[in-house]
Amino acid sequence: MSIILNNVSFTYGEGTAYEMQALKNVTLKIDDGEFIGIIGHTGSGKSTLIQHLNGLMKAVSGEIYFNGRDIYEEDFDLRELRTRVGLVFQYPEHQLFETTVFNDVCFGPMNQGFDKNEAGLRAFEALRMAGVPEKLYYQPPFDLSGGQKRRVAIAGVLAMKPEVLILDEPTAGLDPKGRDEILDLIAGMHKSKKMTVILVSHSMEDVAKYVQRIIVMDEGQVFLDGAPREVFKYYKELEKIGLCAPEVTYLMEDLKARGMAIDGDATTVEEAKQSILKLFQ
Amino acid sequence: MGIIKASKVVFEYIRRDEEGNVDSIQTAVDHVDLDVKEGDFVVILGHNGSGKSTLAKQLNALLVPSEGTLWVDGKDTKERKNVRDVRRKAGMVFQNPDNQIIASVVEEDVGFGPENLGVPTEEIWKRVGESLTSVGMLKFRRHSPNKLSGGQKQRVAIAGVMAMEPKCIVLDEPTAMLDPKGRKEVLSAVHELNRKKGITVILITHYMEEAVDGDYIYVMDEGKVVMEGLPKEIFSKVEELKRHRLDVPQATLLAYELKKAGLPLSEGILTRQELAEELERCYVNYSK
Amino acid sequence: MLRDITLGQYYPGNSPVHKLDPRVKLFGALVYIVSLFVFRGILGFLLATVFLIFVIKICQVPFRFMVKGLKAIVILMAFTAVFNLFLTPGEHVLFHYGIFTITMEGVKNAAFMLIRLTYLIVGTSVMTLTTTPNQLTDGLEKALKPLSKIGVPVHAVSMMMSIALRFIPILIEETDIIMKAQMARGANFEEGSLIVRAKNMIPLLVPLFISAFRRADDLAMAMEARCYEGGEGRTKMRPLKYQGLDYGAYVLLLAYLGGIIFLRFFIV
Repeated sequence: MSIILNNVSFTYGEGTAYEMQALKNVTLKIDDGEFIGIIGHTGSGKSTLIQHLNGLMKAVSGEIYFNGRDIYEEDFDLRELRTRVGLVFQYPEHQLFETTVFNDVCFGPMNQGFDKNEAGLRAFEALRMAGVPEKLYYQPPFDLSGGQKRRVAIAGVLAMKPEVLILDEPTAGLDPKGRDEILDLIAGMHKSKKMTVILVSHSMEDVAKYVQRIIVMDEGQVFLDGAPREVFKYYKELEKIGLCAPEVTYLMEDLKARGMAIDGDATTVEEAKQSILKLFQ
Repeated sequence: MGIIKASKVVFEYIRRDEEGNVDSIQTAVDHVDLDVKEGDFVVILGHNGSGKSTLAKQLNALLVPSEGTLWVDGKDTKERKNVRDVRRKAGMVFQNPDNQIIASVVEEDVGFGPENLGVPTEEIWKRVGESLTSVGMLKFRRHSPNKLSGGQKQRVAIAGVMAMEPKCIVLDEPTAMLDPKGRKEVLSAVHELNRKKGITVILITHYMEEAVDGDYIYVMDEGKVVMEGLPKEIFSKVEELKRHRLDVPQATLLAYELKKAGLPLSEGILTRQELAEELERCYVNYSK
Repeated sequence: MLRDITLGQYYPGNSPVHKLDPRVKLFGALVYIVSLFVFRGILGFLLATVFLIFVIKICQVPFRFMVKGLKAIVILMAFTAVFNLFLTPGEHVLFHYGIFTITMEGVKNAAFMLIRLTYLIVGTSVMTLTTTPNQLTDGLEKALKPLSKIGVPVHAVSMMMSIALRFIPILIEETDIIMKAQMARGANFEEGSLIVRAKNMIPLLVPLFISAFRRADDLAMAMEARCYEGGEGRTKMRPLKYQGLDYGAYVLLLAYLGGIIFLRFFIV
């Protein structure tokens, strides 16, 4: 089970004055159960890339295989693909529309063709997974706090029971606690449900803390691809494309520059703490 | 008295049912005292729903206190006749860059405030040029706001406020919807206005990194000011901040963790450089 | 398709047309629209064409920007053409099958109707492309000023228009995002009967309305914060004052209108 992108390119407004190549020959393999972070500055092609993964956008050239099948084949059901590759957009709470939280979460499963009972069951499960308190289930979604609304919106995608979950900046606009809660939730789903999770983020700190693999996008191309420690070793290259490494990675470099015999390339506070404490043993 | 002074300010959102009876009262701002010195860079921290935005709107007389008094440059915001002066003296920048730009061309938007104030045409153009220059957006003066990045749009919004020649700018989560690059742009523009033009800045945010360079910090929770002090003082209380749904910059958190593990680091480390210096000092002592 | 609407899309430039007083351009658009419905025959058509090409040339906006607006009304144009083609009675029957009859007159009517519609869109887009919405509404406000004496809220209406124009592109983009997000939840906007399709629009329309209201709310507050209190006591960045160029343009416009009328009533 995997998603494979083979030489995928996409161009906005082909043949017009605004022609812009958003993806250039992207080749990627996303395996089952991975937890991936996609980083890149605004306009680097991240959003375009993830919208290709569930078939919302169609590549100009190249192929995408979902579990070994070319999704651009004529008899391939793209709507079904979208239920298996769930995509949570940025500020997903802006897409809530139903009269109650519960009904809104049912929207996905109902579109999948499940009857009321089955859709309801899935909605319950999804809401519980997303950590929405039960007393909110029958309230209008618009009355909820920002953080709760976002959970409901995420539940709306989870209810379709996707195998792959893609989230475009799920923590945008949330306060630090809200951010940690949502990220913990996502990490928990990856762990307990063995879901493949793809997280698009602007925060190097968050990505370093949670994901196993980082894909760095720049100008529509894959710039770097690897484990956080590997990727952030190239912090100088990252700076050149308008990104940076987590704060602690720089601290490690500072300490090395001050002649301290510190080992490792820490990317999280915990790793840095361990490395530094080792110095003093 | 400072440029902004609040004395026991209370603000209540009152919900009424269909017959007009009071259904519920929610106290969004609860007996807040503030005293902001002219030229200071003050940061108000708080999680979503802590009442910080409601407080911000008081500073611009968009809302007036239910109880208590708020003075902006010595003028009571509750007095109807002061409203215009208050808004001119304390300009406001909001969170969503798209929803505060009125005109379809950058320079026309910046001119909107002075137009409302009845500033003569020639003077408006002068101010528009100066304000756009002060935030580094002059070369975009004839652009459509729709073609700008988030950080650029926010700088246009700041220029729009600057054109009203305020003494103070209140920024209500101006970076919440921006990417890191845009965030940096906006922050450095605001710091520059504070440094070069002596504009008093009140920055409302929940990004801790943005508070580090402030002169003074207020922390809000449940409508109350729960902590206040210099950045060093505030950020040395990691546990307390976490209780208020906030956190600290990574360098501060690491310093805190290391201290907990027994390293003799000093209090109030805010930046990477400070931590590196401290660690070097410890290391030298330890090696001896 | 939504993205192709050119209405309200200012194209920055420094051409003489850009510099004209917006009132002149409003008047010009009006004159041109009138002329399109007045002209008849090949000479009138030629004059209208030459005039349009002349204006397009001097306004320095790439031609493709003007034609972009046409895409949005292709269906309307097709309908008009078909109706004219089949429903115009006439003597010179070109084609006849059952109830379908195409006459020479029908072909002519359809052709002229298409030309009129095309010119109308292109002609008015010259105005919107060379005038910022704010200038446009300033112009409208000033031109309609006399109406405020009889209680018409001219300033408020023009302010509303200018804001609406500013937010059209933003709301279009938002529609696109919401649509995609609902499609990611399995929504189907493309299939089904008309009623089913209308029902399927709810997940798109509700969020869109909520967002529009939220934006309106934010915007009202932002305007208030910048001391907006209606039209009273405001000054203008660009006070409207006629220059030599404007008078010249008026003369040209009147000459053009005169020409069209002359051709219609005295030549054909």
